[in-house]
Amino acid sequence: MTSLERAASPVAWAEPPPAVRFLLDAWTVAQGELRKIAHDPTELLTRAVQPVLWLLVFGQVLAQARAIPTGSLGYMDFLAPGVLAQSALFSAIFFGIAVIWERDLGVLHKYLVSPASRLSLVSGKALAGGLRALVQAVVVYVAAAAIGVHLQIGVVQILGVTVVVVLGAAGFATFSLIIACLVRTRERFMGIGQVLTMPLFFASSAIYPIALMPSWLQVVAHLNPLTYQVDALRAMMVEGGTATFPIALDVGVLTFALVVLLLIAGRLYPRLAM
Amino acid sequence: MPVPTAIETKDLRREFGAVTAVDSLSLDVRSGEVFGLLGPNGAGKTTTIKMLIMLLPPTSGTATVAGHDIIHEPRQVRRSIGYVPQLLSSDGALSARENLDISGRLYHIPGAERRERIDDALQFMGLAEVGDNLVRTFSGGMVRRLEIAQAMLHAPPALFLDEPTVGLDPTARHAVWGHIRKLREREGTTILLTTHYMDEAAALCERVGIMHLGKLVALGTPESLAVEVGPGASLDDVFTHFTGSDLDAAPGGGTYRDLARTRRIARRLG
Repeated sequence: MTSLERAASPVAWAEPPPAVRFLLDAWTVAQGELRKIAHDPTELLTRAVQPVLWLLVFGQVLAQARAIPTGSLGYMDFLAPGVLAQSALFSAIFFGIAVIWERDLGVLHKYLVSPASRLSLVSGKALAGGLRALVQAVVVYVAAAAIGVHLQIGVVQILGVTVVVVLGAAGFATFSLIIACLVRTRERFMGIGQVLTMPLFFASSAIYPIALMPSWLQVVAHLNPLTYQVDALRAMMVEGGTATFPIALDVGVLTFALVVLLLIAGRLYPRLAM
Repeated sequence: MPVPTAIETKDLRREFGAVTAVDSLSLDVRSGEVFGLLGPNGAGKTTTIKMLIMLLPPTSGTATVAGHDIIHEPRQVRRSIGYVPQLLSSDGALSARENLDISGRLYHIPGAERRERIDDALQFMGLAEVGDNLVRTFSGGMVRRLEIAQAMLHAPPALFLDEPTVGLDPTARHAVWGHIRKLREREGTTILLTTHYMDEAAALCERVGIMHLGKLVALGTPESLAVEVGPGASLDDVFTHFTGSDLDAAPGGGTYRDLARTRRIARRLG
């Protein structure tokens, strides 16, 4: 084919239908991220140190002190799902840094000039952010088992935990991506990332029950997706754990938040390369 | 028969606040041509390219690329173009083959053909031996060649190169030039490149357009422009003549930001 013929018909390969294209493109992006982790898992593994410390140090001390009333559930059993959600949050919330870095390098531009829809690109990023958190989940499970947390190891429970961890982490990764699109530089992002994680973490039921909070903080906690993630995890991860809300509501809130965040991120993403 | 137009801009304009980066640019690039956009830093070259590849919407005006309108036919335009940014677009944490695979998948090249094209591209760019190595171990010239291979994997009719040899040493520059020429010969691709190296424009481009403060101030073959300026004029003289900037005068040196960026790219490539 000569250049003239090609110029007249640049569509050289049959395109899959839009829905299939969306899934393929998102998976292409996610797969690229997963391959990077496979080449160099150091960053991800060092991030797993923090949740282990929360369980082993913070958890053990507070359990000894019996400072936090958690009903029939022992404090370590109460805390383990919270630490899992927290570790997923902390690793996802700095996801945006990597995206800014890709913009600085120019890798982002290659994706944005391709015909892939912006929504499929951010969805792929979100999926990768969600799947990354599963590595943390494995570490938390091992550490929790080692200190005698009463884990539920049924197939249904493990599947449920997997879904909730991925949903929540994907949502926070997308949130992080949105912030990256707004602040645009790594320096500003680092500051904001620190400012956001602590309130999200403390205004949730991760380390103490919502009932202990002052009423204004309870309102904030009810608006915080992390609360719903912890709630679902608590019911599925540990023996005797109960959810405050129906699990369908927890999953519904996390899914809704993820979809809304993805739509916003898809709109903002191209701004990074301008 | 008239030569068909591969890239055409009509009154293309882009403002950033009070600054007009590109000012009513009307330009035709012929099919199969290597066209060089020259100009000092801040002349509007990169902004022009970013509008043509749809990373940046124009404030007004329009353009067609490979016969498709950048405002109304975004998907068709995206399928018709390859782009190598000034920065580094290959992912250092992945191997060359993985980088190419991602590019191939984003353009939905079917599996068997994708693998064939990746092998061919690695061979063509002289990277067959190192295809499975991580890109972060590559030299600057190798990265540039890989990026061009990535941008060309889906055989686009139009290729955009934004300062393709910035930060490369002379040997690597000549190797990249050689590959651009070979590619153009084999695929008949229309290539629009920006550069502020005059020797690069003279070596690669059939026609050049010189931009200054957002406007096209000269257009023609390197030879015809030289004749216009005076007997024995080099392309460097042409550049100085039309942009009024010699080495020390503003705005030819670029801003602090331009300098920081160029140094950063050079460090990464080196």
